[in-house]
Amino acid sequence: MADVKAKSTPLLDIRNLRIEATVYPPGEPPKTITLVHDVSLTLEKGKVLGLIGESGAGKSTIGLSSMGYGRGGVRITGGEVILNGRDILKGGKEGFRKLRGREVCYVAQSAAAAFNPAHRLMDQVVEATLLHGRATRAEAEKRAVALFKKLSLPNPETIGERFPHQVSGGQLQRVMTAMALCSEPDLIVFDEPTTALDVTTQIDVLSAIKDAIRDTHVAALYITHDLAVVAQVSDEIMVLRHGRLVEWGGTRQIIKEPRQEYTNALVSVHEIEHAEQKPAATPFLSVKNVTAAYGGGQVKVLKNVSVDIYPGQTLAVVGESGSGKSTLARAITGLLPPEQGSVTFDGRPLANRLADRPKEDLRQLQMIYQMADVAMNPRQTVGTIIGRPLEFYFGMKGRERDKRVAELLDEIEMGKGFVDRYPAELSGGQKQRVCIARSLAAKPKLIICDEVTSALDPLVANGILKLLLNLQEHEKVAYLFITHDLATVKSIADSIAVMYRGEVVRYGSKSKVLTPPFDAYTDLLLSSVPEMEIGWLEKAIKGRRMASAGN
Amino acid sequence: MSSPILRLIAQRIALGILLLLAISVLIFAGTQILPGDVAQAILGQSATPESLANLREQLGLNEPAYLRYFHWLGGVLTGDLGTAMSSGQDIATSIKGRLWNTLFLAFWAAIVAVPLAIILGLIAVRYRNGWVDKLISGLALASTSFPEFFIGYLLVYFFAVKWQIFPAISTVYDGMPFGERMQAIALPATALTLVVLAHMMRMTRAAILNVMQSAYVETAELKGLSAFAVIRKHAFPNAIAPIINVVMLNLAYLIVGVVVVEVIFVYPGMGQYLVDHVTKRDVPVVQAVGLIFAAVYISLNIIADIAAIVANPRLRHPK
Repeated sequence: MADVKAKSTPLLDIRNLRIEATVYPPGEPPKTITLVHDVSLTLEKGKVLGLIGESGAGKSTIGLSSMGYGRGGVRITGGEVILNGRDILKGGKEGFRKLRGREVCYVAQSAAAAFNPAHRLMDQVVEATLLHGRATRAEAEKRAVALFKKLSLPNPETIGERFPHQVSGGQLQRVMTAMALCSEPDLIVFDEPTTALDVTTQIDVLSAIKDAIRDTHVAALYITHDLAVVAQVSDEIMVLRHGRLVEWGGTRQIIKEPRQEYTNALVSVHEIEHAEQKPAATPFLSVKNVTAAYGGGQVKVLKNVSVDIYPGQTLAVVGESGSGKSTLARAITGLLPPEQGSVTFDGRPLANRLADRPKEDLRQLQMIYQMADVAMNPRQTVGTIIGRPLEFYFGMKGRERDKRVAELLDEIEMGKGFVDRYPAELSGGQKQRVCIARSLAAKPKLIICDEVTSALDPLVANGILKLLLNLQEHEKVAYLFITHDLATVKSIADSIAVMYRGEVVRYGSKSKVLTPPFDAYTDLLLSSVPEMEIGWLEKAIKGRRMASAGN
Repeated sequence: MSSPILRLIAQRIALGILLLLAISVLIFAGTQILPGDVAQAILGQSATPESLANLREQLGLNEPAYLRYFHWLGGVLTGDLGTAMSSGQDIATSIKGRLWNTLFLAFWAAIVAVPLAIILGLIAVRYRNGWVDKLISGLALASTSFPEFFIGYLLVYFFAVKWQIFPAISTVYDGMPFGERMQAIALPATALTLVVLAHMMRMTRAAILNVMQSAYVETAELKGLSAFAVIRKHAFPNAIAPIINVVMLNLAYLIVGVVVVEVIFVYPGMGQYLVDHVTKRDVPVVQAVGLIFAAVYISLNIIADIAAIVANPRLRHPK
C-alpha cells in the first residue's frame, strides 16, 4: 500500500533501533540496561557497511538484529528493522527462521568454534541452502565447491569431506564465508571475521572475502574494532560507541577527515613515539642457544634461540601463533626447562627448572599475561592481589604493606578507591593494570609481557603501552614483550627478535630490524599489518614474496 | 578405521580383562577369609574331624590357596562354574536359564527406558526452564526418589490387585509363549524403567545444555533451523559421550541391580538366585554370580568407553 519504489528502497533499513538486556548484578535487584540507543542505518544492495567501535559499542548486537537474533537475554525493544521492504520484527519466530540462512547469513569471529565438530564441512556448508529449499543437494554442493575455489581454498573438490579439526583456522574462516554465500543471501553479517587470525593469515582471508563480496554482489555488514581492516572492504563506515552512533560516512571521509573527536582518536590510535635506547655494555639476561621441546622431546618448539636483554630496555619478540614466542618465555621462567642451552642472569646461570630457583631469582622475573581476568583470583580484592608479592618477597605486613599498595595503585594511575574492589568489578584495561602493579610489587629486573594488549580495545591498549613506557622510565625495569602486533612493537621496543617456526630469523636493534633489506618472513609480517589506506590490501597482496604459514 | 583408534580400543579391552582378573582374585580371596570352609559348611556342626579331613582331601581343600584359585579360574574359563553345595547341581546349568531371564527382563526394560529417557531429555532442553521441563524433571526425580520396592508394590496394588491387568507374580518357564512372557514381565520391567529413567534423562539434559552454549549452536540457529532440529542435529551428537556413559551405567544396573525387583515379583532371575544362595551360605554360587555380575559391569563400561572414543570425530578422523 505504501508507495514503494523498488529502486530507492534500501535492502536494509534500520530505524531507531533500541536493544535492551536484563542484567543480574550480584547482591542487587535485576535491572534493565540499554545496549543500543535508537540507532538508524540503511544499506543498499551490494554495498558494504563497516560497523566499528570498541567492545560494548553494540556492533555485534546491531549486526545480529538484522537477523532478529539477540544473544543471551538481549531483546529488541524498539524501532524497526526493514529488510527487503518489510519489518522483520513483526514476523515472529517463524518469520525469523525463514529469513535466517536465506536472506541474511552470518560469519562468526571464530569459525573454529562456529563449526560443529561432529559434522563434515560440506554438510554444514549446504545445510541452510537445503533447509530453505534453495537448491537440491547436488546443486548446492556444486555451488559450494565453486565458492571454495573462489575463496582460493586448497583442494576445493575434497575439502568439504573434512571435519573442522582437520582444517586450519584461516581456511575455516573462508569455508564459513562460503557457507554464508552458498544460499545466495542478500546480506551477510561478518562479525570480526579476521580478528582471531594472525596478521599474515588475516590478509589472505580479507582479500578472499573482498573478492567474494565483489563477485556475488551481496551486501554486507562488516563488524570489527580494527579501522584499518574495515577501510579495506567497506564502502561506508559507521562508528559506534556505548551503543550510540558517533559518526557515519564514506570510508575515505572517515579515515581521512574524521569529523568527531572519538573517530579521530581511533584513526590515530597507535602513534606512540618511542626513541630507541642504545644497548648497555652488558646484558643482564642472556638466552644462549636454547632448544626446548614438548612431549618428552617429541615436538621441538624452540631451536637454538639466543637473545640478550639489557637493563631498563625492551626486547620485543614477534611472530605468528606457533612460532615459539610464549615458549621462549616459558623457557626463561623455568616453566619449560630447556633441553639444551642456558639462561644467564647477572653473569651467573639460572637453574633450568622453576623448582630449583631460589626465591630471589623468582622475584627478579615477573610475568603479565594476555588474559588479565583469569590471571587473578576472582575472590581476592585488588589490595590482596597486589599485596601478596609484598608479603611473599619482602615480608611486608599491615600498614607498611597497605602504604606500598597505595603507592603502586598510584603508579598504575588507579586511585585508592580500588583497594577493596574485586576483579569482576574492573574493566579489561583496569584488570591489566592491576596485573602490572602486582608484577611491579616484586621490584623485578625483568617483566615478561605475553600479548598483554592483544585482548584489549585499541584505545585501552594504547593507555597500557604508555603506562608500561612510563614505568620503565621510573623503575628501570626491562621488558620481554611478546606480541604478534607489529604496530605495538614499533611503539615500545628497543630491540626486536622475529621468530618463525621456533627460530629467531631476524634479531637486532629496532631500527636495524625495521630497516630494509628484509628477509622474506619479516617482509611478510611487516607487509601484512593493515594500514589505514584505501587500496592497501591489493598492494600488499601483490608485493608478497612468500605465503603465510597459516595456509 | 585408523590405527590410533584401534590402539585405544585394544587398550580398553586389555584393561577390562585385567580388571576382571583382579576382581576374580578379590572374590576368591573374600570367600577364603570367611570363617569355616566348604567342607565344614557341607558337613555341618556335627562333623567328625576324620570326615572333615576326608572331604577336604576329596575337594582338594588342602592344596594351597593359589592352586585352588587357578583350578577355579581354569574351570570358569572352560565354562565349569563348580557345583552348588546346597543342591549339588551344576552351577553353570542352573545359571544359564536364570541369566537368560535376567537379560530378557533387562533388555525390555532398556528398550523402553533408554529411548524414552533420551527423548524426554531432548524435550526438556527444548522447553528448558519452562513448565514442560520442570514437569519432566519433577516426575523423573520423583520416580527415582521412591525406593524400588515401593514402586513395585504400587504397581502390584494397582495393576495386579485393583485392575487385574497384569499378574502380580512374574512366573516364567521354558517354552512359555512370547506374548505371555511379555505380560509376565510387564510390571517388573515398568518398575525398572521408572527407577533408571530419571538418571539417564537428567544426564541427557545436562550434557546437551552444556553444549547449547557453544558457538556452533548459535551458527545453527542463525541458519534458521527449528529449535528442536538444532538440539537433535547440532547439540546431541556432541553430547553423546557422557550420555552413553550414563546409559551403560544404568544398563549394568538393570542386570546386576535387579535383586529387589526380582524378589518382589518372584521373578526367576540372577538376583533371586543370588539372594537364595547367600542365605544358604552357598559360597561357590555366590562366587560364580559375583564374577558374572563383575563381567557384565566391566563389559558395559568398556562398551561405553569405546562408544565415546568412536563418537569423537577427532579420534575417528585424525589430521
